[in-house]
Amino acid sequence: MSIDMAQFHQVFFEESFEGLDIMESGLLNLSPGEPDSEAINSIFRAAHSIKGGSGTFGFTEISDFTHVMETLMDEMRDGRRQITQAAVNLLLGSVDCLREMLFAVKEGQAIDAERVAEHKHALDLEQQKSGSSQQDKSLSAHEPLSNQAHQSDSKVIGWHIAFSPHTDLLKTGNDPVRMFRELSVLGELEVTADFRGVPDFYQLDPEECHLSWNLVLKGDIDRAPIDEAFAWVEDDCDLAIQPLYQADDLSLLVPGAENQVSANRAQHPAAEHVVQAGVSKPAEISTPVVIKEKAPGDEAKNKGSTSIRVDTSKIDTLINMVGELVITQSMLSLIGEHFDMSKQDQLKNGLAQLERHTRELQESVMNIRMMPINSVFSRFSRLVHDLSNKLGKKIDLKLIGEHTEVDKTVVELISDPLVHLVRNSLDHGIEMPDERVAVGKPETGTVTLEAYHRGGNIVIEVSDDGKGLDKDRLRAKAIEKGLLDEDAILTDKQTFELIFMPGFSTAEQLTDISGRGVGMDVVRRNIQALGGNIEIISELGKGSTISIHLPLTLAILDGQSIAVGDETYIVPLGSIIESLHIKEERINRVADKGETFLLRSEYLPIIRMHEIFKVPNVKTTKLSEGLLVVVEGQGVRCGLFVDDLLGQQQVVIKSLEANYRRIEGVSGATILGDGSVALILDIPGLVRLANQ
Amino acid sequence: MSQVAENNEIERAEKKRLASSSQFLSFTLGNEEYGVDILSVQEIRSWEPVSRIPNVPSYEKGVVNLRGAIVPIIDLRERFHLGHGHYSALTVVMVLQAMIGNKTRVMGVVVDAVSNVIDVDKKSVQSAPNFGSKVSTEYINGLITVNGRMVMLLDVNKLLKLDGVDDDEN
Repeated sequence: MSIDMAQFHQVFFEESFEGLDIMESGLLNLSPGEPDSEAINSIFRAAHSIKGGSGTFGFTEISDFTHVMETLMDEMRDGRRQITQAAVNLLLGSVDCLREMLFAVKEGQAIDAERVAEHKHALDLEQQKSGSSQQDKSLSAHEPLSNQAHQSDSKVIGWHIAFSPHTDLLKTGNDPVRMFRELSVLGELEVTADFRGVPDFYQLDPEECHLSWNLVLKGDIDRAPIDEAFAWVEDDCDLAIQPLYQADDLSLLVPGAENQVSANRAQHPAAEHVVQAGVSKPAEISTPVVIKEKAPGDEAKNKGSTSIRVDTSKIDTLINMVGELVITQSMLSLIGEHFDMSKQDQLKNGLAQLERHTRELQESVMNIRMMPINSVFSRFSRLVHDLSNKLGKKIDLKLIGEHTEVDKTVVELISDPLVHLVRNSLDHGIEMPDERVAVGKPETGTVTLEAYHRGGNIVIEVSDDGKGLDKDRLRAKAIEKGLLDEDAILTDKQTFELIFMPGFSTAEQLTDISGRGVGMDVVRRNIQALGGNIEIISELGKGSTISIHLPLTLAILDGQSIAVGDETYIVPLGSIIESLHIKEERINRVADKGETFLLRSEYLPIIRMHEIFKVPNVKTTKLSEGLLVVVEGQGVRCGLFVDDLLGQQQVVIKSLEANYRRIEGVSGATILGDGSVALILDIPGLVRLANQ
Repeated sequence: MSQVAENNEIERAEKKRLASSSQFLSFTLGNEEYGVDILSVQEIRSWEPVSRIPNVPSYEKGVVNLRGAIVPIIDLRERFHLGHGHYSALTVVMVLQAMIGNKTRVMGVVVDAVSNVIDVDKKSVQSAPNFGSKVSTEYINGLITVNGRMVMLLDVNKLLKLDGVDDDEN
């Protein structure tokens, strides 16, 4: 029977890419010299499953490559290898290489063998060299010799394998005999069974495996096929594979399962080859490094953004609520069946309950879409890590409030603008280390990403302790570029906002990181498109903070309904400043056409809704008989002339574009209580429309 | 045994018929009769007031709420320059769906009346004659005769394309 493996490829690739993300973020969290067993374990696990999967599907290049990485990390995990920045960088590079390989396989392209070989070689080198560097640092007599070193010796005449399966090996469907048969194909195999573990006959469970074996496999054989034979049982056994050399006395190398640990304690050179799978006991190995246990819960990082993973508790709440709703509904229908006026109070109560349940249900459904902003924040570790290396700066990234929950749409859309801001901070904000020392700052700069809730908004701040914005230079630059009049008087805030103008860049040198002059204006536009705004605070020499305010969700909006003729429109409540009656004497006309309204010594342009939307049957075209809704959008204020204000309500935003088209001046549509459709106004779009 | 063979025979004949023919829903606009592929018709509704959309061509009447989705309604009479129709409760809206680009678009189309489901043998479909610029035949896939009347078969995918929205996609 043959199974078409191709059907599982998609799942394998998805899992593998996810695994790579876990590896990447795990590696970035490793600090040199301080191994964190939980973090290394999670990296190791990810690598291991990629290796296993790629082996199964026959992507041998990938499994071979991952194996080399895995060996390196295994040594780190057991504390037999110091974690150095160089090693972490190397592993990060390998993660990239692995990603390229996976991508190539997925797309059916050829793997760039040269690049792979390069990385593999670098990994091999690292494995050989780190032994000596560790020796320098530690006083331990521990003498690790890497597998690769042995392998390259090429006088291996065979392998000694001590294989002691855990008792449940057989239950997982693995048969040692089959594995031995596989090995015997490779060379001359001698098998010695060890009966010492077999219990008394009456205690014997026939389904458990109590035997262990010592195997001697002779011949000029690579290690890889041997590992492969044991690949499936790695987690279910204690396995020690050691090469045999010409001069080695075979009798010395027949340790039982218990001897492994003692060999380890005795710091026998062969201890390096103990592949501790499953139950690894780092504490029993004498190492100079301290293993730090990390609190659980931190590991649930890095979730993919293509689908939402919802907490089961959220779903339980939802189910409860739907239950309540059904009860209310049946109660109401009972009242309705034999209704008379005496039941009026009951009906009112029932309706109130229905309203409450509906609202709660709505809230919890919205809650499902909320996901921690962490999924955006976590990718910055890599960015900062890479860029600071590239720029030769020392930069720490601090993440605060990464568990703050935001709507999925916001999470997806905020990523690019944030990347831009962080790059700017790294490139222009933080100074070179020597400059920093010269002005009395710590050599290492800090970039902070912070997220928190405030009101119905989420605030995301990107701050750095770099050199800050130079107001005079901003001003000079703006004048030079012709964006500002020479004698314009600007507040600090207005000056900082110059950087959001199109075509403005103060970078003296254009780098490939930032400073192309198409930056901040795009960032601001993107954020405003999300219904948010962006602010900048900066102090020369101390640093800058850019804060982004965004609505928590893009699906629901607080709106004010207005009437124009027979039609109803929704104005986002956030953009309304005030609404007032128009007094004739406050209206001024520019060139007898453009109408303005004088409000607290400010001339507001009046936009007549019925004119720009060509609404028929308006109640009045006389300004003094309608109302003026003063709105603000993208820094522009204006007055909307409408017939009447109707009421405030929360509206669910529906896309007009899904089945229809984009309409200038309209950001979307919603469904009103009576089932009809009302358009939601887009203030900046309206202003543009009115100016045409 | 023979029963099974017979069934197979019928099935095969049915399949053959299906491969060479398809069903169209015919409807009238004034004195003219049109047809659309029945598989693209999602439902048929009666006319209900729409919410007007500002600054769009007049044949785009507005949008309605179709079970939570915002669906535009276009008037085919106006689109084909057949003059204004009078909307009443008997006016029919056909809700059509089509793949435009890689998205499914749902749209309501106002017609005078839906008449019949017609079986169309693909071989009997004639291509639309060319009138030059005098009469636009861009939405017409072909012509067919049913009971001595000409029915124009419309291409729903082209019909649901909107001016100014989908032009740049082509």
